[in-house]
Amino acid sequence: MRALKIAALMMLAVACAKENADQSATSSSTATSSGSVDLTGAGATFPYPLYSKWFSLYANRTGVKINYQSIGSGGGIRQLSEETVDFGASDSPMSDEEMAKAKGGPILHIPTVLGADVITYNLPGVTTPLKFTPQVIAEIFMGRIKKWNDTRLASLNPGVAIPNQDILVVHRSDGSGTTYIFTDYLSTAVPAWKASVGKGKEVKWPAGLGAKGNEGVAGQVKQTPGSIGYVELAYAKQNKLPVAAIRNKAGQFVVASVPAVTAAAAGAAAALPPNTDFRVSIVDAPGQDSYPIASFTWILVYQHQNDPVKGKKLVDFLNWALTEGEKEATPLDYAPLPSDMASNVRARLKTIDLSGTK
Amino acid sequence: MTAVPAPPIQKDRRRLRVHETAIGDRIYEIVTTACALVVPALVIAIAIAIFAAAWPAFAKLGLSIVTSSNWDVGSGQFGAAPALYGTLVSSAVALIIATPLAIGVAIFLSEFSPLWLRQPIGFLVDLLAAVPSVVYGLWGIFVLLPMLREHVMPFLRDRLHLGATPFFSGPAYGPSMLAAGVVLAIMALPYISAVSREVLMAVPRSQREAALALGATRWEMIRDAVIPYAKSGIIGGIMLGLGRALGETMAVTMVIGNRPEISASLFAPGYTMASLIANEFSEATNDLHLSALMAVGAILFIITLIVNAVARWLVWQVSRGRVS
Amino acid sequence: MARLAGLAGTGVVKTLRARHSISGVMIGLTYIAAVLATLPLVLILWHLLKKGATSLSLEFFTNMPKPVGEAGGGMANAIVGTLTLIGIACVIGLPIGIGAGIYLAEKRITPIAHSVRFLSDVLNGLPSIVMGIFAWEFLVRPAGHFSALAGGAALGAMMIPLVTRTSEEMLRVVPVSLREAALALGYPRWRTSISIVLRTALAGIATGALVAVARIAGETAPLLFTAFGNQFWSTSLREPIAALPLQIFTYAISPYDEWHAQAWAGALVLISMVLVISVAARFVTRSKFGAPVD
Repeated sequence: MRALKIAALMMLAVACAKENADQSATSSSTATSSGSVDLTGAGATFPYPLYSKWFSLYANRTGVKINYQSIGSGGGIRQLSEETVDFGASDSPMSDEEMAKAKGGPILHIPTVLGADVITYNLPGVTTPLKFTPQVIAEIFMGRIKKWNDTRLASLNPGVAIPNQDILVVHRSDGSGTTYIFTDYLSTAVPAWKASVGKGKEVKWPAGLGAKGNEGVAGQVKQTPGSIGYVELAYAKQNKLPVAAIRNKAGQFVVASVPAVTAAAAGAAAALPPNTDFRVSIVDAPGQDSYPIASFTWILVYQHQNDPVKGKKLVDFLNWALTEGEKEATPLDYAPLPSDMASNVRARLKTIDLSGTK
Repeated sequence: MTAVPAPPIQKDRRRLRVHETAIGDRIYEIVTTACALVVPALVIAIAIAIFAAAWPAFAKLGLSIVTSSNWDVGSGQFGAAPALYGTLVSSAVALIIATPLAIGVAIFLSEFSPLWLRQPIGFLVDLLAAVPSVVYGLWGIFVLLPMLREHVMPFLRDRLHLGATPFFSGPAYGPSMLAAGVVLAIMALPYISAVSREVLMAVPRSQREAALALGATRWEMIRDAVIPYAKSGIIGGIMLGLGRALGETMAVTMVIGNRPEISASLFAPGYTMASLIANEFSEATNDLHLSALMAVGAILFIITLIVNAVARWLVWQVSRGRVS
Repeated sequence: MARLAGLAGTGVVKTLRARHSISGVMIGLTYIAAVLATLPLVLILWHLLKKGATSLSLEFFTNMPKPVGEAGGGMANAIVGTLTLIGIACVIGLPIGIGAGIYLAEKRITPIAHSVRFLSDVLNGLPSIVMGIFAWEFLVRPAGHFSALAGGAALGAMMIPLVTRTSEEMLRVVPVSLREAALALGYPRWRTSISIVLRTALAGIATGALVAVARIAGETAPLLFTAFGNQFWSTSLREPIAALPLQIFTYAISPYDEWHAQAWAGALVLISMVLVISVAARFVTRSKFGAPVD
């Protein structure tokens, strides 16, 4: 009897919550408001905060509900290949081998926003952003520069009193797009790095500790004096960690910022062929103001959509994202695509086959 | 509240009752046997799936997966020896810390604790099982690691002079095998404690009274009358705790430092097989890489088999000749 | 016990005072153990409260998650989702686990019993991510979509070894005399096991079941590839569903402090939920007759 009463109370509570949920969720009179979700996507964790903003705004505006979960770029690619989700998202482009395995046919890479890796460090007493060159960064992460006041670093920062402290390198333990961008940059700018460590979502690190996730690296650096690490820009900003100035291809020392990242894309975009598939790296981009460690993040969709209704919803959303959505990027520390690139991408969206036939 | 059935008197009723009994017993046998067989069925299914997925890696890399320390995704080298070492060491450290604590608290609750304190403390310990591993990991990073780095490690190394041994030497970064062992110990604790507590409480009073009557001190009573009676249950709890320690991924990877190197010192960062899989699985798309991760899973599977077999054998050795 | 008798007979006995001192020391150690064992949870709860209390409001329990920068986000769907998943997992895991436990307690030393016990321990040691991968392989991939059922099944499979082991241990401590008495009175075997033995061990089995529930309530990895997670309200079993551990994980690894606070609050809610379930279950199964006296 008592158990029945408790069960009844619980059901009442659930019903109340559902009432509230229906009110606070999208109010829509279209057929899609049956409660079920319209589109499912999976993939990268890096753009998750921005995407969740997009999906929430879009649901309020049009009633179309998109459920995206960040299970990792590799997870997103796998689920898309197996067709258990409608779209994927990845911080690093798919390889030809991966694209060949996708069950639904050819895949389009749609760049959405830009991310940047920053070098962050913990040096009490040093308040101005330290300047680094790619060679110095590579040597530190290879364990060849072991002390902060090494001449190779000190000579780049005259006038800054750097303490005589050991450098503790913190890298990522898990596979990630952040590592991919960072190692891609070092491989492009420093031949010695390319020869010994190379690039990838995970690599064999010559020195240092591995921390899990961007938040792990940020946490470790924040707590350990003398440490240095690489994280996505948003993590350094939100954790109020110092950010280094890095010398770009044009010889300027640039601190990571949203405009500097967009400038890198603009610089790289100028060099892209017209029929590019957007699977490009933009590290060490040309341009005076370009930040050197920047990269696209992509949404992955099938060229041929099985379900015309879902396909149309997807394309409509992507169009919205590339116009209205881009405006939401900067407040959240993401760099929007340069506007002419966004137009190019939208033109590419028109090539998606919504006929429902394969 | 069930009434004892009236003994069957009439012949007809007895025949009917026996018939019911026979069917009832039959069904009971079948149902419980089926339930029991689910376990081996699951294990075999998972084992087949793991080994099938791991086969390409084993075929290509052979034993180097366990002997080599070189894990390099880019060049197709997958040597998981440090992870293997780390799994064994971190689980051992975890059990060494957790078992005395868990049994201690179980004894406390079953023997000495005032009745009103029993439920609350019991809950407090059992709830450790409910904390999500990511919370353990984050708590580890922000609370445990600084504590270890600033207080515990220097204390062990310098004040207790344990730094002279290879096990406590080296710089104290914080993330380390010791940190992983401590976190795993906290995570294994509730399993050992819950089971031990229940079996200790179930020891009949007559056992205790008999020991005391023979002149044992309270501690002797516990050691010689209560614990041996509950021994198999306690071992069962320890096995559950061990299982937790071997398979934990998220919390360990956040505090162990993830350096694929074998080192004798507990202060050094290390790696475990479970965290290796968890770290790389979400992002792995290359077939050989995925297969290598499954191979590590297969090895973990085999290690779990071996560790459990050894533990069982030890228990059997210890309990031979003893009346329990 | 033999040891005590042996001591008494040999005449080589430590002084009474020494024995009492040792006893006192050991007892003191158990008190210390009790303190040390409860300390981590207290520390963790304190940390969670400190960081997450600001997020605990009515909206937390009734609203859906909101993007960064928008106030009033909640985890209502995740709370209900976790309860749903626990429900499914219990429906799968408890009967099988208890049934297996009964089997093992009765057929103690047959070869099948030994293997089942052994394999149960092995299953328990499997990393949860492996369980998730295989649930995906068998339940999600053939279906072509994620579902709450798949998530509940993965969690249920994880419960089985825990429930089996603990049920077996609890059933074994029921005195044989109880069973013999029932049989002598004419009870069929199956009724003896269920009405008498199981009923007596119920409180202990409940403890085991609750520890299993606690374990799976906090698991993230198996759900990533099965239940998947859902930003929207859903109670359908054949669709992705939100869950507290998933939401906590997503928020905890983000850069934003407001999401971190929500993650801590979510963890508090999760632990409290398990506590409530534990208290309720203990209440319902409490023994009306007290522990057996032999």
